[in-house]
This record gives sequence, structure tokens and C-alpha cells, in this order.
Amino acid sequence: MIESHLPAYIALTFVLFSVVIPAFGLWRSELSQPLAVLGSGIAAGFSVYGFINYLNEGSIRYFFGGWEPPVGIEFVYDGLSGFFVLVINVVAFFVMIHSHNLQKVEFPGKEMPYYSLAMLMMLGFNGMILTGDLFNLYVFLEIASLSGYALIAIGEKQAPYAAFRYLIIGTAGGTLYLLGVGFMYTITGTLNIIDMAAMLPMLFESNATFAALILMIVGVGVKAALFPMHGWLPDSYTYAASTSTALIAPIGTKVAAYILFRIILWMFGIEITDAIAPLSYIVGVLACIGILYGSIMAIAQTEMKRMLAYSSISQIGYIIMGLSLANPWGFAGALLHVLNHAIMKACLFMISGQLRLKEGHSDISRFDDSYRIKYPWTMASFSIAAISMIGLPPLAGFFSKWYLALGTIDNSNWLFLAVVLVSSLLNAVYFFRVLEKVYMMNPEKGQKEPAEATRNEASASMLWPTGILAVSLIVIGFANAIIVGILLNIFPM
Amino acid sequence: MDLSLVPLLAILVSLVVVVPIMLSSARPNLREFWTILAAVIKFVLVLTLLPGAMRGESVQLHLVDLAPGIPLALNADPFGVYFAVIASGLWIFTSFYSIGYVRGAGEIKQTRYFASFAVCLSATIGIAFSANLITFLLFYEMLTVATYPLVIHNEKKEAIDAGRKYLAFTLTAGLLLVAASALVYHYTGTLDFTPGGILSDADLPHTAMLLLFILFLAAVGVKAGIMPIHGWLPAAMAAPTPVSALLHAVAVVKSGVFAITRVVGYVFGVDVMGDYGLNDILILLAGFTIIVASLIAFAQNNLKRRLAYSTVGHLSYIVLGVALLTPTGMTGGIMHIAAHATMKITLFFCAGAIYVNLHRTEISNLDGIAKVMPWTMAAFVIGSMGLAGIPPINGFFSKWTLALGSLEGDMIFPVIILVVSGILNVGYFFPIIYRAYFKPGKGLEKYGEASPLMVVPIMVTAVLSVLFGLFPNLFFGFYDLAVDISLSLFNSAAP
Repeated sequence: MIESHLPAYIALTFVLFSVVIPAFGLWRSELSQPLAVLGSGIAAGFSVYGFINYLNEGSIRYFFGGWEPPVGIEFVYDGLSGFFVLVINVVAFFVMIHSHNLQKVEFPGKEMPYYSLAMLMMLGFNGMILTGDLFNLYVFLEIASLSGYALIAIGEKQAPYAAFRYLIIGTAGGTLYLLGVGFMYTITGTLNIIDMAAMLPMLFESNATFAALILMIVGVGVKAALFPMHGWLPDSYTYAASTSTALIAPIGTKVAAYILFRIILWMFGIEITDAIAPLSYIVGVLACIGILYGSIMAIAQTEMKRMLAYSSISQIGYIIMGLSLANPWGFAGALLHVLNHAIMKACLFMISGQLRLKEGHSDISRFDDSYRIKYPWTMASFSIAAISMIGLPPLAGFFSKWYLALGTIDNSNWLFLAVVLVSSLLNAVYFFRVLEKVYMMNPEKGQKEPAEATRNEASASMLWPTGILAVSLIVIGFANAIIVGILLNIFPM
Repeated sequence: MDLSLVPLLAILVSLVVVVPIMLSSARPNLREFWTILAAVIKFVLVLTLLPGAMRGESVQLHLVDLAPGIPLALNADPFGVYFAVIASGLWIFTSFYSIGYVRGAGEIKQTRYFASFAVCLSATIGIAFSANLITFLLFYEMLTVATYPLVIHNEKKEAIDAGRKYLAFTLTAGLLLVAASALVYHYTGTLDFTPGGILSDADLPHTAMLLLFILFLAAVGVKAGIMPIHGWLPAAMAAPTPVSALLHAVAVVKSGVFAITRVVGYVFGVDVMGDYGLNDILILLAGFTIIVASLIAFAQNNLKRRLAYSTVGHLSYIVLGVALLTPTGMTGGIMHIAAHATMKITLFFCAGAIYVNLHRTEISNLDGIAKVMPWTMAAFVIGSMGLAGIPPINGFFSKWTLALGSLEGDMIFPVIILVVSGILNVGYFFPIIYRAYFKPGKGLEKYGEASPLMVVPIMVTAVLSVLFGLFPNLFFGFYDLAVDISLSLFNSAAP
């Protein structure tokens, strides 16, 4: 009977561990991190099992307490939510392992609250994805956001300020979303997504639903850092502890993107979305501006975490642009990019954490060719992730670009096609710049003496997660036909 | 014997050998042994495919699906085998030459050099055996990435700038190829290279076809050095000379012209090319490149840069032959792939030997060097006269076939280009020979001929150039193979 309760188990695992960690952590604070690894590991296991179960048996609708909607709340475990849950929980598992050596340096003495908050945030993210109820989604969104603000505030000196700024902007976004939900409830009398989707065709060309949709897109767009609502992101990602960034960056904006997928493609459907104004095209254009803006700003950065943060703005643009195309190839490309980008960014942010731990900084202008000798495996992982970000075959990043390109062509949308291509070049600029620093001697300083650079590689608890994620990019590249086959079946139209 | 795995093995052998090369970093002799071993095995593997190719057979292998409906697939067809034989055969000579060169010149990071070189060869053979555009794209990008460490090899400022320029050109080209491939997939639902073309049934409007062709041309024309997108090639001369010799005279740039031939003959098809008038663009661009590159070559005082511009010009001979859309012209173009390869590699080998031996790179410093390096300069004379089209060296033969091909298509303009270019070739090579043989040299007393590791490969490639010129069918029936490849493109299009 485990299958039918699976959606609840995933969320409850995080509830359980957010309580267990303080309980044990008060006694022995060094137990917090292993418990967090255990919790996220169990959740990841459930997610893998659940997705296999979905492939064999189909979707699950889980009614809490047996109360069916509209009275009760349901969790919906279908292809889309299953896929997102799988991606975020597996990535979180690796980030939790990786944090083992970082915790003592980046948030000493705060291990217990930190990991408890991390579990709470994961609860929020999983809840947002799994719930089938718009208001319940808001509740989970706030759980995730509040714990997220706290996690970001645990960081460098500027982190509390960045977190406060995020709090203000994020709360405004959440409120706009809630306002949109209020509109929808007034119009339809339900909060359940499936019920609402059945009712919406009758409200074709309704100005009220249109307004609600815009409110929800803007509200969620803040969380997804959709241009021009991305202002909170660079500071938050830069100043937060490396583990927080590695956890939030690959996952947080993706979950917001998930809500956009659910609302635009599942609940409203693309016809109703575009009934009054070409809303999907506008969202796509914003995404494209974000893609170019993020890439150009990333080139201008010298701090690695900040560069990666701007890169995240750009990459989330790919996902939302693919969504806005609303055709099978664009959809498959966007979802594949959810997976690819989660892995690439987790890997890259984890590497920035490794460098901060070892060198005390992650300032690209101070990188030199001794890193090649000091951190051979770290830099090998970095190279793979970077080349995948640039999008060279056969690495995973190439294929999301390929399907997105096919999607833009199917819509005869040449502008978006050009953006996808140009952005890859910009990615190449900011990643090859780092590779040049690390793999080549400085022409002015000449060759390093061997004594200056001896092997000083990070510990196994850091190398394995980054290494596995990097290798998985190659595996996904070769196995993407299978993944995309599954994703194309998820496409709702 | 089942040959289906041979193309894959031929690609993998030089990829796998990277591991032992890296591990033998501290023992140079062992490390170089691996390179030579891989080169020989690769050549033998490619040769086993040759008899089948002579009979017009292809060896196909489907690996995994790279995307739904698009497999990672290899197809060692006659044209692919033809190119692979040239690239892998010359790799053996280049490997020996490289050993002499990097040790003589005391290059840094030699392990990286040999490892990258091996990956480049894998990518080149992969390009030769790609059965569809995605597989091709994969190896095309792999070649880009693997060549980069070789271009920046000495890590001086000039080399790093050249590397950036190289990446800017080739990565842009790769992206255009992504777009072009996606468009082809959208219009036809397939990406498989097919003799006679896959766009013949697409029935596209004229502008769409034209834009698609320009997209392809920009994508693969970069590596083929078509003007005005040739700029990376002279800059890439910052690389060590063996790299310039094999990659920037044979493997990389020939991958470009190979790709143009694939695009013209196997994606668009000769009928579509003719019907839409696309070949006229190609003829004009190629003609322009041949003449202008030769003129620029005059102005270069650096020997390698002069050779680079010469390469740009000669690559367009091949493009011109393909663009003529006549069977004989196509044969001439395909022949010139082999002919230019043996001659230009000889010339670059000579330039490298002069640099390692005498530390001279500028043409104005080459006075009298024939007295101390007689063998090297004799080879230089053969290579340069061959490029100018003087019989009996193989450059004459391919050029003659090209001229016949353009007359077959009732075109006189290409013939004029060929003649003028021949004169220009003599013009920019002769001063080098004159200086080396007839001007008195200074400060050469203590020097002798370069190391045998370099001189022997030079002599072999020079002799090959002459032998191919005298007997085009002497080795592997190359001329017949080129004729068969060319005819296959026209016959399949005819019905």
C-alpha cells in the first residue's frame, strides 16, 4: 500500500526530520547534518520509487484524511509533479552530503537550526509541487519562503540585508499570487486545480480570470526570478552560505517555474491563457530578455558565486521560454533543462563552496593555474559542468538547447531561436574565462614553481557529490532520448 | 568478416589512448609509444574499410538514440573512408614529426599536447564516419574543443588571443550548425546524410532554401576557411607547427570542406543546388577566396602565415570543385582534398624544421638555408611547385581535373580563376625558394640538417606528393575512389 500514500510520505519525511533534527541536535549538534542527509535521502528514495511507479501505474490523487475536494485537500502525483519532485529531492540529497565540511566554517554553532530549516524549506518546495489546491500551494510557498529567508540570512555579513530585501520582494510576490487565487475563488468557487481546469473553458475571454492569471504569473514570476523581477536574486545567492546557495539556486526558482507550468499549461491551457492577449508570448519575451541580461551580467562579474547567480537568471529564462512556446519540443526542452540546470548549477555552486573552503575566496580574478594542480578533480568536474552549460554535445546541456531550438522553429519564432543561440555564446565567454585562468599560466607571471602548488584536493564528502553530478551530465546526454520520450508523454495537449 | 564495429573502433582507439598517454606523463618515450601505436592501429582499422569502399559499400552502425528518432549513428561510406584514410595516414607521419618537433623546440606541457592531438584525430574520424547531422555536430564540436588546447599551447599572450579568436569563430559556427540542423529536421523529419540530398522533397520556397543554405555555409564554412570567415586560421598559426601541419592543413580545415561536400551532395543534393542557383553563391565565394587569399599571402613575411593564407586559397579549390556540380569537377575537388593534404603538410613540416633547427620564422631570414638544410628545402620545392600546379606533382593533376570539370559545365570563369591562382602561387612561393637557394646566408655555419625524426616524415610526404601526381591510382586506387564517390552523388540524383 506504499504506492497510494507515496505523495504524503515525501512531504511527511521532511516534516518528520525538521522535528527530529532539533530533538537530536540539542543533544549532539554534529548529528544534524547526518540526519539531514538521511532525511533527504529517504525523500529522494521515495521520489525515485514514486516516479518509477508513475511510469508503470500512472498518476496518483491522494486525498488527505479521505476527504475529497472541494472539502479536503489533495496531493496530485502526476508526471509533471513527479518529475519535479524527483529532480529537487535528488539534488538536495547531494547538496546535503556535500555540506559536511562546509558547516563548521560557514555557519558554526548554527548547525541544528540550519538543517532543520533546510528540511522545512524542502517540505515547502515538495508541498508546492505536489498539492492540487491553489490556496494550499500558497501556504507551502510561504513555508518555503520563510525558511528560505532564514537560510539566506545565515551567511556573510551582507547576507541578512540580502535576505531582508528578498523577504520584502518575495512577500509582495506571494501576496500578488494570493490575490490572483482570491479572484479565481470568487469566480469559480473552488480552489482545487483540477476542478478549476474543468470550469475555465466556460470562462473563455473573461477579464476577471485574465487579471487573476496575470497576478499569479507576476507573483510567481518574482519567485522564479523572471526578468524584470529578478532583483533579489544576485545578492541573496552571493552572500548566503555556500550550502544555502547550492540548495536554493538549483531548486528554488525551478519550483516557481513549476507553478507557471501548472497554471499556464494545465489549469488554464494555452488557448485561454492567450484568449485576450498573447500572454504566453509576452512571458516568452521577458524570459528572453532575462536570458540575455543574465548572461551579459554574468560576464561582468568577477566573483564566481555572483557570476553563477546571474547565470541562474539566464537559465531560468530558458525554462520559461520553453514553457511559453507551448509545443511538445519546447516543453520537453524546458523540462529537460530543469533537470540539466539543477544538476549543473548544484555542481557549480558546490564547487564554489569547495574553493571558498580551501582558498577562502571564490574570486575569479585571483584564480591561477596552480588550481589545476591543487584541485585536479574539482576542476575536472567544473570543466564538465561548464562545457555542459555552454551546451556542447554530447553533454546534457546541449540537448535542452537542441529541443528548445526545435520548439522555437515549430512556432516559427526566429527571435527566440536567435536568443537561445546567442546566449550559448555568452555562456562560453564567462566559462572559458574561468577555464583559461585555471588551465593556463598567466602570461605575465610565467610558470608556477612546483613548490607553490601541491595537491590539496577537497575531501571525499565534497568530491563525490560534485563528481557524480558531473558524470551524470554525460550520462544524461547519452540517455536523453529516453528522458525526452517520457517528458513528451507528460505534455498535456 | 563483420566490419560493423570497425568505424567505432577507429574513432575510439585514439580516444582511449588518452588515458595511457596521461598516465605516462613522466616517461616521454612510453607516452610517445602510445601515440604511435594508436596512430598505426587507427590507420590499419581504416584501411580494412577501404576494399569495401572501393566496391561502393558502406559500413553502418547504430549506437544509442541521441534524441527521439535521431540515433548516434556511424556510416563509413566511400567518401568518409576516403577522408579517414588521408587523415589517419598522415597522423602517423605527424606523430613521428611531432616527437622531433616538441623535443627539439623544448615545448611545455607535452602530455597535454599529445593527448589533445589524439582526441582531435578521434573527432576527425568521427566527422568522416558520421551518418547524420547530429552525430556530425557532436564530433564537429569535439574537434573544436580538442583543438583549443593545441592553439593556445605555448600559453603566450598571442596564443591565448588566437585561442579566443578561434573559439569565437568555431563556437559560433557550431551554434549556426545547431540551428541549421534543427531547421532541416523541422522541414524533413530526418537528419541522415543521403546521396542526392534530403531536401529535394521538402519543396521549400526560394528564400527559405537560400537562408538555410547560407546558414549551413556560415556554419561549416568557418572551418573550411571561406572568406570572409577565415580569420581564425592565420591566427591559429600560433600553435606548434605539427598542429598547423596536420590540423590546420588537413584534419580541421578538411573537415570543413568535407562538411561542405556533405551539405552540398548529401543534405541539399546536386539537383536542389542547381535548381535554386545555390552553387553560384558558392562559386563566387570560392573564386573570391582563391584570388584574395593568394594576394594576401604575398604580403606575409612570416612563413607560417603565408602558408596559412595559401591554405585558405587552396581549400576554396575544393569548394569550387564541389560547387561546379559536374561529376568531373566534383572528382577534382575530392582529389584536391588528398593532394593539398600531402603538399601542405610537407610545407608546414619544412617550416617547423626550419624553426626548430634555425629558430627562424620570417621569410626575409631564410637566405641561403638550402645549403644547410638541403633535404628540407628540396621537399619544400616539391610541395610549393605542386601547389602552384606544376606537373608531375599531384597538385597539377587535381587542378587539371577541376579545369576539365568546369569546362564540362560550360563555365569559363572558374578556369580563369584557376590559371590566375596558379600564377599567384608561383609568385608567392618562388621568393622563398629564391632566397633559400640563391641568396648568400649569414650565421648558418654551425647548423646542419634537422633531426631525422623530422626530415624523414618530410621526405615521405614529399615523395608521396610526387607519386600521387604520377600515378593517381598507385595507392588504394584513390582516383577511382574519388570518381566513384562523385558519380554516386549524381547518379542517385538522376532518376
